[in-house]
Amino acid sequence: MRRTLDALVVLAAPCVLVIATALLATTLSEANEIYALNAIVGVSIVVGLYVFVGNSGVVSFGHVSFVAVGAFSAGLMSIPVESKTGVLPDVYPFLRDTTYSNIVTLLIAAAAGGVFALVVGVPLMRLNGLAAGIATFAVLEITHNVLRNWTKIGPGPTTLSLVPETTGLRQATAGALIVIVIAWAYQRSRPGRLLRATSMDPAAAQAVGVNVHRQRLWAFALSGALCGFAGGLLVHFIGSMTTEEVYLELTFLSLAMLVIGGATSLWGAVVGALVVSGIDSFLIQAEESIDVVGRTLDLPEGTRLVALGVLMALALILRPSGLTGGREVRLPRRIRST
Amino acid sequence: MSSLIAILGLSDITGQVLTDAIALGATYALMAVGIGLVFGVLRLVNFAYGQLVMAGAYTLALTSDWRIAYSIVACFAVVIGLSLAMERAVFRPLRNSSPAVMLVTTFAIAFLLQSIALLKFGTLGEPATALAPLAQPVTLLGVDVRKVTIIAVASAAVALTLLVLLLGRTRIGLQMRAAAADFATARMLGVRANSVILFAVVVSGALAAVVAIILTVTNPLVTPTFALRETIIVLVGVVVGGINRLASATLGGFAIGFATGLFGGILPTDKSVFLPSFVFALVIVVLVLRPAGLFSRPGDAGVERV
Repeated sequence: MRRTLDALVVLAAPCVLVIATALLATTLSEANEIYALNAIVGVSIVVGLYVFVGNSGVVSFGHVSFVAVGAFSAGLMSIPVESKTGVLPDVYPFLRDTTYSNIVTLLIAAAAGGVFALVVGVPLMRLNGLAAGIATFAVLEITHNVLRNWTKIGPGPTTLSLVPETTGLRQATAGALIVIVIAWAYQRSRPGRLLRATSMDPAAAQAVGVNVHRQRLWAFALSGALCGFAGGLLVHFIGSMTTEEVYLELTFLSLAMLVIGGATSLWGAVVGALVVSGIDSFLIQAEESIDVVGRTLDLPEGTRLVALGVLMALALILRPSGLTGGREVRLPRRIRST
Repeated sequence: MSSLIAILGLSDITGQVLTDAIALGATYALMAVGIGLVFGVLRLVNFAYGQLVMAGAYTLALTSDWRIAYSIVACFAVVIGLSLAMERAVFRPLRNSSPAVMLVTTFAIAFLLQSIALLKFGTLGEPATALAPLAQPVTLLGVDVRKVTIIAVASAAVALTLLVLLLGRTRIGLQMRAAAADFATARMLGVRANSVILFAVVVSGALAAVVAIILTVTNPLVTPTFALRETIIVLVGVVVGGINRLASATLGGFAIGFATGLFGGILPTDKSVFLPSFVFALVIVVLVLRPAGLFSRPGDAGVERV
């Protein structure tokens, strides 16, 4: 009973935080609601990344390529047929002549991300440590290079535009909650626990019969699917995007969010995404001057990036295990013992 | 055979392209040594290495009207100073952290330094013109060679020779090799951790300053993203070559620089758009087949693959 309660708290806490952010957003002006939306879509991306990095202990620099694949497939498949010939003259006819609804394209995005991750994961998941880091980075480079130059499958170097903006506050929140529930279910499942064991001590896990490669591969594919789905949410939120928006900066930002929050817990992933997005939004506003407790704060252009960099470096140096210490939420002892 | 050469564009390899490729390889090799030295003692991959080079390049740009010697001294001072500051403020508190945290933190430092440059100097860039005469060619054995090419190759050769002597013949070199092999045991045997690390950081900073000088000659416009692309490529080269040993890391850096220079020189732009994809696919293949690196010894591997 108590264990079930504990497990439910682990799930409920991040969900409550996301819903609270969404409720807060409804009280804001329309211009500010965008920041909250952005933060909630960020939660989906970071939790998707967490499913692999947090459970396996292997750092991946390649997950943004799954976000990119998801975003571009969802975007491409949801632009109305009549405008596609105008904006994407070169794409293959079967891509040009079909359009699906919002939900279907999100599922396509998840499938694309998952299949892509599964395929590249087969060789990549044999690697550890630095070799894994560089190899996943190579995947990011290849994805970016192909998406940027192959105009038969997308916009190439131009902007993918006229994507219906169907990710509102409700869809973003629902999407983030779905991703959180899947991440929670996975980390409680048998494969999830086996993968955790391999991150604690690979040799011991192998000795008791865990197939490290297979467990990592499942997690990689699942997390690729979640990142693809998050990419779908992202493209439906911003409506137009270039390949540069799903490349180095997002890779850095999503990893930083995860590590700052605490890479080994679901709670850490959600907290990191929301806290960093919150600070970022505040700084963007401060560059355009805002009123803080009666005083006007007006920072020069570019301060935002410096402040963000300083905060990230400080957080990582002072609290290497993250704001949450990499732990899940637990009920206070007094309540748990009753 | 001749048709194959023509298809691959090998017939387009001129002395010019070849010397440029060698110079690029030599420059990248210097960066590889700088990254590999710090990795050897700290097990930390410094993503922010490129920003050290950038700081050096800005110093050269801002001191363009000084006498060249002073300008170069200032460049060395700034880069080594920044390198030491980085060690004190970032590397030291992180010494016992997990590799993931180290990676992301140096990533954050790189991002921070780049943002500071952006805030202070803007995106337009500062010209570093003091060393521009070095970009002029001299004719050597019928081939036009830019002076900087000779300087790059010569300084790489000198730096690597000095380093080999330093590591092989001096006390601090011996200690560094011991620390690189097994830091904990080396400390137990009386190697002072701080002095070894400090030394590695200073040498690595000095190499970054040399790289800054060479790169500003070929690319005199200094922007906040100066040396960023180069650092990423060198990091890939270092890991592909084999980061566990300095020699294999250096060779990896040289190889990727040489290959980049060669392909960049012979392929027409419209054919080279997918070149990065092929290069990185090759990187994946090499890593999967030889996770400890292309130039590693048998026996270096083991923990790198499951």
